[in-house]
Amino acid sequence: MELLDRLLAGERRALARAISCVEDQGPEARALLAGLYPHTGRAHVIGVTGAPGTGKSSLVNALARAYRAQGLTVGIIAVDPTSPFSGGALLGDRVRMRDLAGDQGTFIRSMATRGSLGGLAHTTGEVVLALDAAGFERILIETVGVGQAEVDIASAAHTTVVVEAPGLGDEIQAIKAGVLEIADLFAVNKADREGADHTVMALKMMQGLGPSMGHHGVSAGSGKPGHQPGEQPDGTWLPPITKTVAIHGEGVPALRDWIEEHAAYLERSGLRGRWELARARTELEHILRDRLMATLLARQPAGQLPDEILEAVAGRRLDPYTAAERLLAGREPSEPVR
Amino acid sequence: MPRPIRVLVAKPGLDGHDRGAKVVARALRDAGMEVIYTGIRQTPEMIAEAALQEDVNVVGLSILSGAHKTLCPRVVELLRKQGLDDVLVVVGGIIPDEDLPFMHGLGIQGVFGPGTSTQDIIRFIREHAPRVAA
Repeated sequence: MELLDRLLAGERRALARAISCVEDQGPEARALLAGLYPHTGRAHVIGVTGAPGTGKSSLVNALARAYRAQGLTVGIIAVDPTSPFSGGALLGDRVRMRDLAGDQGTFIRSMATRGSLGGLAHTTGEVVLALDAAGFERILIETVGVGQAEVDIASAAHTTVVVEAPGLGDEIQAIKAGVLEIADLFAVNKADREGADHTVMALKMMQGLGPSMGHHGVSAGSGKPGHQPGEQPDGTWLPPITKTVAIHGEGVPALRDWIEEHAAYLERSGLRGRWELARARTELEHILRDRLMATLLARQPAGQLPDEILEAVAGRRLDPYTAAERLLAGREPSEPVR
Repeated sequence: MPRPIRVLVAKPGLDGHDRGAKVVARALRDAGMEVIYTGIRQTPEMIAEAALQEDVNVVGLSILSGAHKTLCPRVVELLRKQGLDDVLVVVGGIIPDEDLPFMHGLGIQGVFGPGTSTQDIIRFIREHAPRVAA
């Protein structure tokens, strides 16, 4: 496949076109993804999430520079929301990443969510595959930043960085339970502002309120006084909290080093392998669900759910569970309920 | 679901007045397009590179500085060099009438001066943006 060969040979235009192909989920996408897949699994994928205004884009920019300083190549996916009304999107994260312009060791792609609600686009995972196959060693994903509903990132990234910033309202309010569970690392950005130490303390307090289930399925350390962050004696991971001022690059090398430490921890603990298995299951189930649905719909006379069934369900003459069984069994929709 | 038109909106050169560019960017978003807004102080190299990475259908340049006769040829040339011949280039801002033939000569048909309605820009883009195949 020509596009695939050019991508693997390092042609950036082919990579850009391949990303569009998988993003648009057109007929060629499946063959392309199948061709890309054997070349993936090498990149370390890092999710950067947090509420709007915490400085995610600037932090991603600074992290990318810190990785480039070590000679590693970096792919960046910046996700912004699609308007549910117009279907359009304003993708403005690149504005914060001008330092990376001209660098052939970086590749930045902006993605609109196109209807997806978990903080990423449906096809962000596939775009990661394209960047991975193209040889980028670190892939940074910046999520939409709705703060709490960022569930997708934990399964799309090996390491998830949750970005907080002082002065965004009540400190405890800003630290939601779901966010604590997905964080492998915390970055308190804009740390030159008043209240930064409060934010750090608040995070430590939340960590200290008892063991919580980290998203790698292992109980995260309880953060009691005296516990150093990172790998604990019992093999669990206590997320470190790093103060950063992204626009000045302060604290960013330390954050980068913690990310690398987390990556090493995932390898030696076997959690990386478990992550890959869980990811394989999620992906396969997702694809199967789509394919099975498409197959079922293709079997219908109009290529969609029959109106008679929908009307019967809406009119309470048929319940949706029986309707589903009928459709799956390929029975006539007009058969009476009893 | 047809793919939304992807538009890069950029301000090349030293011109810092970006309100117009932002108004257009928002209007294009409201018309269902995905707009990659790159901000001010973009070099032609940065614009061409972003256009390549983002695989856009349209590059929209906002130029109020009068430097269009230097900046536009450079952007067009760089796009061509990167194999992006099929990208539609449109320009908004202060372009004197007597420079229109020059712009058309570069292959830039869409030139939108002050007072252009955003609807006209949207219509133009919808009519002329290429549908790019892989």
